Amino acid sequence: MEHRAGIEWSAQTSYVARADFNALIDALLNHGYIVVGPTIRDGAIVFGEVQSDRDFPVGATDVQDGGKYRIGEHTAPTLFSFAASPHSLKTYLYPSRSLLYSAHGSSGNFAVDAPAPQTPARYAFIGVRSCDLHAMNLQDKVFLEGAYVDPGYKHRRENAFLIAVNCGKPAGTCFCVSMGTGPKAPPLFDLALTEICDDSGHYFVVECGSAQGSAILACVPHRPAEATELHAAQEVVRGAERAMGRKLDTTDIKELLYRNAESPRWEKVADRCLSCANCTMVCPTCFCSTVEDTTDLTGAHAERWRVWDSCFTIDFSHIHGGSVRKSGSSRYRHWITHKLASWQDQFGASGCVGCGRCVTWCPVGIDITEEIAILRQTETDHETLPEEQGNARD
Amino acid sequence: MAPAPKPKLAVWKFASCDGCQLSLLDCEDELLAVADAVEIAYFPEATRAVVKGPDDLSLVEGSITTQHDAARIHQVRKSSKRLVTIGACATAGGIQALRNFADVSEYTKYVYANPSYISTLATSTPISRHVYVDFELQGCPINKTQLLEVISAFVHGRKPNIASHSVCIECKRSGTPCVMVTQGTPCMGPITHAGCGSICPSYGRGCYSCFGPMETPNTASLAKWFEKLGDDRAAVLRKFRTFYSGKEAYRKESGRHEPG
Repeated sequence: MEHRAGIEWSAQTSYVARADFNALIDALLNHGYIVVGPTIRDGAIVFGEVQSDRDFPVGATDVQDGGKYRIGEHTAPTLFSFAASPHSLKTYLYPSRSLLYSAHGSSGNFAVDAPAPQTPARYAFIGVRSCDLHAMNLQDKVFLEGAYVDPGYKHRRENAFLIAVNCGKPAGTCFCVSMGTGPKAPPLFDLALTEICDDSGHYFVVECGSAQGSAILACVPHRPAEATELHAAQEVVRGAERAMGRKLDTTDIKELLYRNAESPRWEKVADRCLSCANCTMVCPTCFCSTVEDTTDLTGAHAERWRVWDSCFTIDFSHIHGGSVRKSGSSRYRHWITHKLASWQDQFGASGCVGCGRCVTWCPVGIDITEEIAILRQTETDHETLPEEQGNARD
Repeated sequence: MAPAPKPKLAVWKFASCDGCQLSLLDCEDELLAVADAVEIAYFPEATRAVVKGPDDLSLVEGSITTQHDAARIHQVRKSSKRLVTIGACATAGGIQALRNFADVSEYTKYVYANPSYISTLATSTPISRHVYVDFELQGCPINKTQLLEVISAFVHGRKPNIASHSVCIECKRSGTPCVMVTQGTPCMGPITHAGCGSICPSYGRGCYSCFGPMETPNTASLAKWFEKLGDDRAAVLRKFRTFYSGKEAYRKESGRHEPG
């Protein structure tokens, strides 16, 4: 397991006043980016297109727990005092539905249509969290490495401008510290902001991670951050480290899961698991898709679409003769074992970044950190735990 | 060489509200393409003209509630190469399957001035209980885009792209935040068959399960969560006794929430 090495702060950090935040958005817009930032939609803070700070959830925070998300009021008019939403970079870099190709045919001939010329959208994301950058890094391994590179993902990824935000207010379901994936953003960003709002004022300490980042920052009024300001930013991150809502003991976790393929715990979690696939949909690293071929009524036009899929569906493991994972217990076991164990064999890193989305957005609050803790306990006890302990969060 | 004859399409009605077959007429933009691709052989809602069978594709709407219909469906099956049932009535017995939980003669006494004129079965049952069905398209009513997909698939001899997973996948693909998680609104989406495009959650409402149970519905777990969100027994019972009470999973779960 990779453990948190304590990500260093940039040698040079800048100060940007809250009053100049719109200059940052303007600079991105002027550079031709579609600017995506946190917005409130249907009771959640999610990514959406923004034009100015008026689109931001000013002074809002979130309260998250297993199967529960509420927007709350923060004590200060901050722009980023909340944690992960059901959306992540995946929503944009790996869209839920994309056309792979279209084709037409007549009198027995079949020809693939030339793809329509595409100008890939250039997105600038404001408010990307450390967990999300780590997740993007994992999706990069899936889509950009090896013999087959996903061209659509590559276009979107290369054109993305990433403004990270170091978390100051983790949610109740956050556990990035356990996974070594936060809260300090790894140097995969173009710019990284740490928001400070206290007696000394409301401002951002900005780190620069790329030449494009410097170019954008140059369009925004800024000055070198003073030592006290950098210290305040570091305190924000330290505070977030201490405020993790959950933790997951990753000791020996691969072997733990491999040893426990037949644990009685899987049946217990299957009693609650709905196989609804929400956990996989909101997971910023889950990358599975299915391919749908379709024709129109004339039969002369065919299309092949790629859509997000989930290992919790029956069709996902359907091979000759039927589905391989018919039981809920086998599907949950597969998901968590891949995420935390076999992902390491496959990609050299854990597939979990500790964002807590699967915990919050599980309609019945199944908690990956709790399941691992109980699995450990079950193994230690060499017997099934009593019902009431097993279902502590019911 | 003369063009190959077009496949014959027939649309049959049993106990139902006609809403599903009207979904076909609702395909306004695609209607000419449908008429080009198939020969409408029998569709009383659309035309009085009747072309002699047998039919290549029969769409069957409605459930079996009378002796007469129980016999008639065998005639339809005999004259159909492929038989596809459309909608909650045809696939699960529909809203009228609520009679399966009650005494029909009691009902008729209160509803009709002369109940002796009424000849009906004690139950409302899906078509698949009576004859072999090639494909079941869910929904109350069905989704017209899915109907076109099924017709296209059968006309061209391929598998229809109709997923049987949860509505949640549709919500997440379209970016709709979960109403149960953000508002505590009980939502049947996690155990409901996809296909509607998650209409209700996208308007901030819980799913009513008008597409019935999905492939692996864990009704007990969701019902337990509804109670945690504040539903009493009656409220949970009602959620499972609507359009798809005839499906085994919902029939059983609703039974667990009977009073007493």
